[in-house]
Amino acid sequence: MTQNNLIKTLYVVLKHELLLAYRALAESLQPLWFFLIIICLFPLAISSNQHWLNQLAPGIVWIAALLAMLLSIDKLFWADAIDGSLEQMLLSPHPLSLLVFIKCLAHWLVTALPLIIITPLAALFFHISWHTFTVLILSLLLGTPTLILLGAVGSALTIGMRNRGVLLTILVLPLLIPILIFGAGSVTLASQNINVNGQLAFLASFFIVSLLLAPWAIAAALRISQE
Amino acid sequence: MWQFMHKLSSPKYFYDLSGKMLPWFILATAILLIYGLYAGLILAPPDYQQGDGFRIIYVHVPCAIWSLGIYTFMTITAAIGLIWRMKMAHIMVRASSVIGAWITFAALATGSIWGKPMWGTYWVWDARLTSELILLFLYLGFIGLQTAIPNRQTAAKAGAILLLVGFVDIPIIHFSVDWWNTLHQGASLSLLSKPTISPSMLYPLLAMIVGFGLLFATILLMRTRNEVLLWENQSRWVQRLISC
Repeated sequence: MTQNNLIKTLYVVLKHELLLAYRALAESLQPLWFFLIIICLFPLAISSNQHWLNQLAPGIVWIAALLAMLLSIDKLFWADAIDGSLEQMLLSPHPLSLLVFIKCLAHWLVTALPLIIITPLAALFFHISWHTFTVLILSLLLGTPTLILLGAVGSALTIGMRNRGVLLTILVLPLLIPILIFGAGSVTLASQNINVNGQLAFLASFFIVSLLLAPWAIAAALRISQE
Repeated sequence: MWQFMHKLSSPKYFYDLSGKMLPWFILATAILLIYGLYAGLILAPPDYQQGDGFRIIYVHVPCAIWSLGIYTFMTITAAIGLIWRMKMAHIMVRASSVIGAWITFAALATGSIWGKPMWGTYWVWDARLTSELILLFLYLGFIGLQTAIPNRQTAAKAGAILLLVGFVDIPIIHFSVDWWNTLHQGASLSLLSKPTISPSMLYPLLAMIVGFGLLFATILLMRTRNEVLLWENQSRWVQRLISC
C-alpha cells in the first residue's frame, strides 16, 4: 500500500513539475537560447576559420552547456521556497531525497533534453563530423544529469539568497571540472578517431556516484535552509 | 575522553584552556620554524642541479602539504560538528577557512616564483598546479558561502555539507586533472627529480612541515578565540570579560 502510495506521489510530483514548466514555456526554454547565443559568440570573438572552430568545438559546446545548466538551476527550489511547497515536501512522509531526485529529473527533462536535441545545430555551426557528433550527444546525455545533480546541491545551499546565481556558480563550478574534462575530452578524442569508451565510462560512473550521493546532500541542505 | 570532549565543546572552557595553551604553541612554532629556516637556508648545502634556488621548498612544500591538510581537517571537524551538533567544531571550521585559503595561495605563489628560474615560466598547466588552483577555488567558494548567510548556525551547517561534497570530489578532480594533463601535454615536469634527498636537506624540511602545522594550529587558536567572542557576545561571561 505504502509502496504504491510512494510511486503515485513521485508520479504526481513529476507531472506537477512538468506541467509548471509547460505553463511557463518561454521561461523554461531560456537556457536553450542562452546555450545558442554563447555558442555563436565564440566564432565572433575568436575566428570563423573552419579548422580552428572544428578544434575548439568540443570545449565550446561543453562550456556553453555547463553554463546553461548552472544559470537555470538556481531557480530549482526557489519557487517552492517562496510558495511554501518546499515545507510541504519536508513534512511529507515520503523520503525527501526521492522527491528531490524527481525534481532533478524533471529539471533535466525540461532544460538538458531540449539542449541535447538542439546540438545538431551546433554540429552544423562547427562542421563536426557524424562520428564526433554521436559522441558529443552521448557525452552530453551522460554528463548533463551529473551537472544537474551537483548544481542542485549548490541550489539547495544558496536558497533564499539575493545574489545566489553568482555564488552558486562559484560553489559548483570547481566541483564540475572532472565532468568538463571527460565530456569535452571524449569529443576531442572522437574527432581524432581514438576510442572513447573509457571516457564515456568515466562520465557514466560520475553520474552513478552523484546519483547515489547527491540526493542526500540536497535533502540535508534543504532541511538546514528551512530550520 | 568523552568528558573532555564535552568540556571542550563549551565555548567558555575552550576560551580559558586555549588562552593557557597559546604561549606554548607560539613557543613550539617559533623553535621549529627558526631551526627549519636556519638549517634549510644556511646550513644545508646547495642542490647540485638547482643551486640555491631549491631552498624555496622549505616554504613551498609545507604550504602545499597543509593546503590539503587544512581542507581535510576542516571536513572532519565539520562532520563532527554536523553529527554531534558541536558548536565549537563549527567555529573552528569557520576560523580555519581563511588560513587554508591563504596557505593555498602561498603554495601557488611560491611554486610560481620557483617555476620562473627552474622551468623558465611562472605558470604551466601542470596537473599539480591546476589541482592546487582548483583547491583555492574550493576554499573561496566555502568562504563565499559563509559570508553570504547571515545566520552563523545555518552558515556553518550549509558549509559543512559543501565541505563533505567537496571532499568526495577532490580525489576525482585530482585524478581527472592528471588524466587531462597527460592527454594535452605528454611528459610533464616533475618537481623533485631526485630519488632521494640527503639528511641535511631532509631534517630542516620535516621541521618546516611540522612547524607550519603548528603555525596553523597557533593561528587557528587565536582566530577561534576571536570567533568565540563574536558568537557568544550575548553571553554573560563574554560581557564580563569585555567590561573588565
